[in-house]
Amino acid sequence: MSQPQLDIAAVEEGPGRPAMSEASPPSQGPGPQRRLKPSTWWSRRSDRVISLMLLAGAMTAIAALAVITAFIFKEGLPLMLEKGLSDFLFSSDWYPQEGKFGIFAMIVGSLAVTLGAMIIGVVFSLSCAIVLTQFCPPRVVSILKPSIELLAGIPSVVYGFMGVVILVPLIRTHLGGPGLSVLAASIVLGVMVLPTVTSISVDALQAVPRSYREGSIALGATSWQTTWRVVLKAARSGIVAAVILGMGRAIGETMAVIMVAGNPLDVPTSPLDPVRTLTSNIAMEMGYASGDHRRALFATGVTLFVIIMILNVIALTVSRRRAVRSKAR
Amino acid sequence: MTRMNTKRIGGAALAVALASLALTAASCRRQGGKTVSVVGSTSIQPFAEVLADEFHRVYRDIEIEVQGGGSTAGVQAFMNDIADVGMCSRNLKKGEAPQGRPVVIARDGLAIVVHGSNPVNDLSVDQIRDLFSGRAANWKQVGGPDRVVRPISREEGSGTREAFEKLVMKKTRISRKALTQESNGSVKELVRHDPGAVGYMSLGLVGTEIKAVRIGGVKPSAENVLNGSYSLVRPFLFIVKKQPRADTQKYLDFVLSDQGQRLLEKEGLVRAK
Repeated sequence: MSQPQLDIAAVEEGPGRPAMSEASPPSQGPGPQRRLKPSTWWSRRSDRVISLMLLAGAMTAIAALAVITAFIFKEGLPLMLEKGLSDFLFSSDWYPQEGKFGIFAMIVGSLAVTLGAMIIGVVFSLSCAIVLTQFCPPRVVSILKPSIELLAGIPSVVYGFMGVVILVPLIRTHLGGPGLSVLAASIVLGVMVLPTVTSISVDALQAVPRSYREGSIALGATSWQTTWRVVLKAARSGIVAAVILGMGRAIGETMAVIMVAGNPLDVPTSPLDPVRTLTSNIAMEMGYASGDHRRALFATGVTLFVIIMILNVIALTVSRRRAVRSKAR
Repeated sequence: MTRMNTKRIGGAALAVALASLALTAASCRRQGGKTVSVVGSTSIQPFAEVLADEFHRVYRDIEIEVQGGGSTAGVQAFMNDIADVGMCSRNLKKGEAPQGRPVVIARDGLAIVVHGSNPVNDLSVDQIRDLFSGRAANWKQVGGPDRVVRPISREEGSGTREAFEKLVMKKTRISRKALTQESNGSVKELVRHDPGAVGYMSLGLVGTEIKAVRIGGVKPSAENVLNGSYSLVRPFLFIVKKQPRADTQKYLDFVLSDQGQRLLEKEGLVRAK
């Protein structure tokens, strides 16, 4: 029964196909595969149904993003404009009961904590990545890499708790200050971004063609000179993308930061000062807030959203530039 | 054949799911008339839950549903007729819940707590205000050792914070440098480990690891809250309609009864009267 239909399908799809697939993108559908199986009315229909279902699934993710974006902007933006953008962004008077909403201290806080986390995180992740890809026997790699990746699975409350119980008293007794500080938050976040930055950097370093390394060694460079001058240079854009992704993670982290940062309203002036970040401000006050206060917290979210978007765009541009360059090669 | 099986299993699962959904809906409706919802302050919530459990043991047919959300949210839920009872751990503001009747179910002392090693035992309300506003940045200024003061406050909107602002700070703002913690528990944890810290929290939750100072010579204790000599006291309010439903009234009566009040005392609060 199905034999003639198979022929018909082949004939139907046969002519014109090769020429078209040269010119058009592969979004035309699964052309060549279709000819391999008996094409009944049902199988053709189910193909379309399944692809539609998958499309709907993919769309859900995009729709969720769109809805969230629209919602926080709708809730937050009017208040920012009402109170004046510069008053909102560049004043540190956060007194919700008096109708004063200035988030400058928290923007500085978020950036300070993120910067600190990146300094700590990048130093360690990059060393990890270099050791794992350049100087490590495969046996050791097979233990080291999974254990670093395991760090990503630890819930952030646990990091925060470790910070409060171990790190904060250490800082308080040895360095002074209240212990809850930019430094404590940076160290905790630095450890938290370690797995992300390490694994992406490892990928970037592994993508460097072997011939680069061999060429450099052949020219008489030492192993370290090769790594530093050749391999790291070649993988630079991938590493930058890794750092920026880690940054996004650090700036968005909430729970661990609330626990170790102390959350005052003041602009921090030293690494030992406590600090409040944008995310902690939202998380701490959302439960009670109503009216303008609630809208101000959404506006805080809008600010965070914009900061993260900027970071993501930078990351995308950097990695795309890398893709283009490698294609040109 | 396998496809048929999957279909059948899927159908059965769907039927079960639908049936259980219908059952839940039905049971909800059955309870609907007899559920008293109590919403509001997270400070009162644990006490209201204990009371509800005890109450349910006596009145089997009345369900009490206790939810948190904060004092302000509780008052709003009551005003919008979402909750039968609003819980509020501060005095009502002007214009809040005009159709309601606030009932004091208990009193809670606000303790000013310091590290156990801090020699300061007694503070006046003015001194406390200076400590929290940042005017007194060193314990020397209030008769203590030469040590930096680290005030620890609660997050904006907390009932405890609002009561503290009203009783102590008056119009003065709490210093921007004050650390902000999310719960009585974490305030306590910080004060326990920091010799320079000063915080405020519910008297019932102080415990023995930290020190609650005297206010103007008066020891913070349940008796002194009850006889009115301890000045930092906030009421725990239940806001109910002027003519509440019969089951709501029963719960309220239970809370105010000797049994209910004794239960609250055992949990660390101070009787309403």
